[in-house]
Amino acid sequence: MNTPNDLLYAKSHEWLRIEKDSGTVGITDHAQSALSDVVFVELPKSGRVVKQGEVIATVESVKAASDIYAPVGGTILESNETLTSDPGLINREPYGQGWLFRLKPESPKPTGLLSSSDYAATLTH
Amino acid sequence: MFYLGWKRFARTLTPVLLDLPFETMLAPISESPLASCHAALSARMIPFAGWNLPVEYSGLLAEHKATRQAAGLFDISHMGQIRAKGKDTLSCLESILANDPAKLKDGEGHYSFITNEQGGVIDDLLVYRLSPDDFFLVVNASRHSEILQLLKKHETPRVRFSGNPGTAAGMALQGPQASVILNQILQGAHLPPRNHIAKFTLFGASILIATTGYTGENGYEIFSDIPTGLKIWSALVEAGKPLGLLPCGLGSRDSLRLEAGLPLNGQDLSPEISPIEAGLGMFVDLNRPRPFPGRPILEKQKKSGSPRICIGLQGQPGQPPPRHGYPVFQGDKQIGVITSGVPSPTLGHGIALALVTTPSPACGQDLEFEVRGRRVPAKVSPRRFLPKK
Repeated sequence: MNTPNDLLYAKSHEWLRIEKDSGTVGITDHAQSALSDVVFVELPKSGRVVKQGEVIATVESVKAASDIYAPVGGTILESNETLTSDPGLINREPYGQGWLFRLKPESPKPTGLLSSSDYAATLTH
Repeated sequence: MFYLGWKRFARTLTPVLLDLPFETMLAPISESPLASCHAALSARMIPFAGWNLPVEYSGLLAEHKATRQAAGLFDISHMGQIRAKGKDTLSCLESILANDPAKLKDGEGHYSFITNEQGGVIDDLLVYRLSPDDFFLVVNASRHSEILQLLKKHETPRVRFSGNPGTAAGMALQGPQASVILNQILQGAHLPPRNHIAKFTLFGASILIATTGYTGENGYEIFSDIPTGLKIWSALVEAGKPLGLLPCGLGSRDSLRLEAGLPLNGQDLSPEISPIEAGLGMFVDLNRPRPFPGRPILEKQKKSGSPRICIGLQGQPGQPPPRHGYPVFQGDKQIGVITSGVPSPTLGHGIALALVTTPSPACGQDLEFEVRGRRVPAKVSPRRFLPKK
């Protein structure tokens, strides 16, 4: 499974990309593959303040609805509206156009997240 | 989210049978007799009703579409195959089954129930008559041991039941190309008509082929010993490949059966839900004198109505899909709960079966179901969501 080096990961299979003072969040390649064909997403409204670990979005495949947890606390800046009409982007480009939302992290240095190699190690059993 | 997702999936498919998170695969789990075939096809496996079974191979949507447009091949070795033999078989089964097995001719099968004294469903099953004193029953994996035990209590020297879990192979070949593919490996043998069963010899072994299924498509269910099953699986995959056949997992099996309005025991049926409430009263035969468990209650429900009834619901594109357990509302009043729901791959919107109080809303009426605290519109519809083939 693909786990890019420049991202941080939550054990619950979300990724976080920090750029300047914003963070982009999506689900990992492993998660999209396990869910298979995503058919519906429910995304947060901008301005919402979220705590780390809080349920912030839902991704639904044919077989299941799965909660998405905020990998860090912060304020939602925008959601990826393209997913509403093309939720399959999450499967095709989990680390690219399939991102879920951007937020302004409450702290510049996120804690409690895993590096690429540490996250990859959680997938091997 | 991954584990939670799988936990929900396990719930979605099997709320009563199996409420295991994905990580508790350490519980005793039997491997399918066809496990080597699944491994060769890199299937994703999950625990289901005590079995380790493929949930998908190439992707649920692709498998669903292949079954609707060409053919799908499903491992159903986990389903319980029970043989009932002896001079008293028919009269014994008549006293247990809700549909009357005396109606069956040789080579014919029908859908039936084993009910409890309250009229609730212990299991739904297919009953085939091979000859006047030889019947073949196909029961759910989760109820196999329980049903076999229940039947064995009725054993006498004139009726015997056999068929332990894990001792036979079964597969379902479903879809518009199913008969073409099966004919290729049977080399022109005459296949039985719908809802019938016949014996064939294949790879030197005696097998049973029934013209039945759980997808709403025309197709076959093939029952054999394990070594022969391995050969048949590979031969069907090979013969079907040029025609668009895909091996299919439990994921597409669930979305296909729900589009066809077919119930899943443990969700749409349970010991607390009667066949009448499930809308399947036509498979409860009361035009015969013989009692069977729950008969008086079922008789009353058939005559004067049941307190609840199963209805179909159709959602809208762009709205969250209905799922098992979501409450159903008519105005401000909760009138029931969704027993099975899925985003329909064929229709492009959510479909569901819901158990609601009677008098139930008529077809076309607007209802709502609740998803994560939000109301979502749905229309009452016939339970069969796709036209009958």
